[in-house]
Amino acid sequence: MLHIVVCIKQVPDSREIRIDPKTNTLIRQGVPAIVNYYDLHGLEEALRIKDEFGARVTVITMGPPSAEKALCQCVSMGADEGVLVSDRAFAGADTLATSYVLALTIQKAEDTWGPVDMIFCGKQTLDGDTGQVGPGIACRLDMDQLTYVELFESLDIEKQEVVVRRHLEDGVERVRARLPVLITALDILNRPRRASLPGVLRAARYKPIVWTTNDFSNLDRSKIGLKGSPTIVSKTWVPEPKQVNTEYVDSANVVAAATDLLNRLYATELPQKLGWS
Amino acid sequence: MADERFDVIVVGAGPAGTAAAYTIAKAGLKVALIERGEFPGAKNIFGGVLYRKQLEDLIPEFWKEAPLERTIIEQRLWVLGEDNTFQVAFRDGRFQDPPNCWTGLRVKFDQWFASKAEQAGAVPIYETVVTELLRDVHRVVGVRTDRVDGDLYANIVIIADGVNSLLGKSLMVHREWNPDQVSLAVKEVISLPKQTIQDRFNLEDNEGCTIELIGQMSKMAGLGFLYTNKDTLSLGVGVMVSDLQKKRVKPYEVLDSIKRHPMISRLIQGGEVKEYSGHLIPEGGFDSIPPLAGDGWMICGDAAQMVNAVHREGTNLAVTSGRLAGETAIAAHLRGDFSFGTLDDYNTAIRASFVHKDLKKYRGVHSLLGFGDSEKLFDKLPESLNEAIYQMLLVDGVPKKDKQKMAMRLLRDAAGGNLDLLRLGIKGWRAMNG
Ligand SMILES: Cc1cc2nc3c(=O)[nH]c(=O)nc-3n(C[C@H](O)[C@H](O)[C@H](O)COP(=O)(O)OP(=O)(O)OC[C@H]3O[C@@H](n4cnc5c(N)ncnc54)[C@H](O)[C@@H]3O)c2cc1C
Ligand SMILES: Cc1cc2nc3c(=O)[nH]c(=O)nc-3n(C[C@H](O)[C@H](O)[C@H](O)COP(=O)(O)OP(=O)(O)OC[C@H]3O[C@@H](n4cnc5c(N)ncnc54)[C@H](O)[C@@H]3O)c2cc1C
Repeated sequence: MLHIVVCIKQVPDSREIRIDPKTNTLIRQGVPAIVNYYDLHGLEEALRIKDEFGARVTVITMGPPSAEKALCQCVSMGADEGVLVSDRAFAGADTLATSYVLALTIQKAEDTWGPVDMIFCGKQTLDGDTGQVGPGIACRLDMDQLTYVELFESLDIEKQEVVVRRHLEDGVERVRARLPVLITALDILNRPRRASLPGVLRAARYKPIVWTTNDFSNLDRSKIGLKGSPTIVSKTWVPEPKQVNTEYVDSANVVAAATDLLNRLYATELPQKLGWS
Repeated sequence: MADERFDVIVVGAGPAGTAAAYTIAKAGLKVALIERGEFPGAKNIFGGVLYRKQLEDLIPEFWKEAPLERTIIEQRLWVLGEDNTFQVAFRDGRFQDPPNCWTGLRVKFDQWFASKAEQAGAVPIYETVVTELLRDVHRVVGVRTDRVDGDLYANIVIIADGVNSLLGKSLMVHREWNPDQVSLAVKEVISLPKQTIQDRFNLEDNEGCTIELIGQMSKMAGLGFLYTNKDTLSLGVGVMVSDLQKKRVKPYEVLDSIKRHPMISRLIQGGEVKEYSGHLIPEGGFDSIPPLAGDGWMICGDAAQMVNAVHREGTNLAVTSGRLAGETAIAAHLRGDFSFGTLDDYNTAIRASFVHKDLKKYRGVHSLLGFGDSEKLFDKLPESLNEAIYQMLLVDGVPKKDKQKMAMRLLRDAAGGNLDLLRLGIKGWRAMNG
């Protein structure tokens, strides 16, 4: 049977995020945690493959104990198993350390449940926002990577091949690749499903599997957590909102208003800049 | 359909439903708690004051861990005139220990309360709407939800879906509430620095105070409230839906005018509105309580009109009715009988409790909310009372006897004559004394 791993991260709901004006950091306290938006699209694609071809879907996340809730949500949607990689020693990881631990986790998942055919990641996270973790995992596992996937066209199990469409800045790329591959999902890839009632019931009692540093025999402790993270945050700041001067054109009728507006525009440097005559 | 069967399904994770689920789960029965919100409390609002006694019956010393705002040590009643106010207040340090009541916010409280039911073993099914009751002839045998494969079966369904109770309506135990059986409340949560709140309300640390407001409700039957939370204030008004319809006034217009009242505006000054919400409150009282049980079902809390509007008590009636429904479900489980004959014990238990007794005592209050009287009681009399007191306290050389006459005349005119004043007085006295 196909084995698909989906990497998810629990992130603060960005719709409710505020920035502490004193320290310039995100105020995470009291902000509800959600499954990173793009990751749900990765999970949905994995579940569609499961529905069509049959597959084991393992969801993994590195995070604090509270991330169990995120895994339960994935189980309610139809994932078979959720693995939480959690240990104080993993804390403070940057993308390098994160992808190292996740790659090890995927290897351990292969040892436990069989070889992995596909890995799904989100395009990026709502909080870290780098988009580096997916490619990082692929490199470490020496696997092909298909980033920014907007359409999963087909899977041919006989030929061990997938065809996807990648959404690039200057166009769309249709790519054929051999399994195993790592795919990073865009939000236009699909529409994540709502859990069924039996799914919710299963998730309500589900206890995710937890792996700590002790569960990895080949772990290099210098590569994890803060110690394994060469990223240095030298400064963070909130960009000043741009000052915009607003003038209100208040005239008797539309024609007068438009004329007034044009006259005022021509009194500025704007027409010259834009090359109007 | 889910393969799994439950002993009991509880619909609605408000105070009533959660109390029922908690009680049942603790006894080791299989109970599912279904809530349409993203999590319990997500969209729930109330004033609100939470009371110790009835929750303590369920979870001893719950206040040591529950998310509560401030312990109420002072309760004020303000009768508002247009730009004057008659005030009564009572403060007693004994309300602090053991605490009598607290202010709270439902978003936090309901979530915490439901987590206790989950820990006791209730199976949470959230973000799920129950769309109808499943029936076998007239026995209720389960619920249909809005999820795929969404039918769920159980021996008993406890209906705790709040004031609108679509499920209660579907059982025909009650109809759409009449406009004079419900009030519409709107509320704002206004944030202010903790210290500012304490200074403005004369409080220290976690001490809190409540203010009930009468008068200035745009000539309608309604009450306002202003409660202190840790670093927010809850300000709201509730007005009879029948009056809103007749006067064609929007509830937020009433709230806006209250916010501009000189006594209120200085208390909320500089605050930022964090939240705005609206909700119905059952006002029908004793005579609106529907049948409480049938074959395979029981109904509790707001869904059964269990609100004591005079004392702004609702959550505690909800908790008690939920607990009693839960206990009845456990007894029915032991007996293996889920028919009306057994579940009607819930009705008996409610009758023996303060829920029934308090609602019965205030049975007559509902008749005071009728059009005509309501305008006098909630608008004209408060205004005249303020004017009368102004006249009494003004030292202007007019003999006190004349002043007293003038004051009485003001009240009489507001009531519509001597007889009406007497009638309102007697009616009011009877309503309050049961
Ligand atoms: C400027 C900056 C400063 C930072 N400072 C700190 C700091 O001081 N301390 C600190 O702890 N963190 C810090 N971080 C965050 C940390 O680097 C990242 O959160 C983490 O390494 C993952 O990277 P990302 O969130 O950018 O993920 P992305 O690379 O954007 O994620 C892509 C995909 O990878 C997968 N993925 C990512 N993370 C996980 C995970 N944990 N588990 C499972 N799957 C995952 C998901 O599928 C996700 O959609 C900082 C980030 C930045 C950009
Ligand atoms: C403005 C205002 C101020 C108040 N002030 C106070 C006060 O100070 N003190 C006090 O004790 N009481 C107060 N009350 C009354 C109190 O809020 C209610 O009496 C109490 O909440 C009733 O509890 P309940 O569990 O019966 O209903 P609710 O609290 O309404 O809970 C019902 C639950 O059922 C859920 N639900 C509904 N339909 C469905 C469905 N079909 N499927 C799934 N779930 C569903 C809802 O989402 C909700 O969570 C106030 C009420 C209001 C509106």
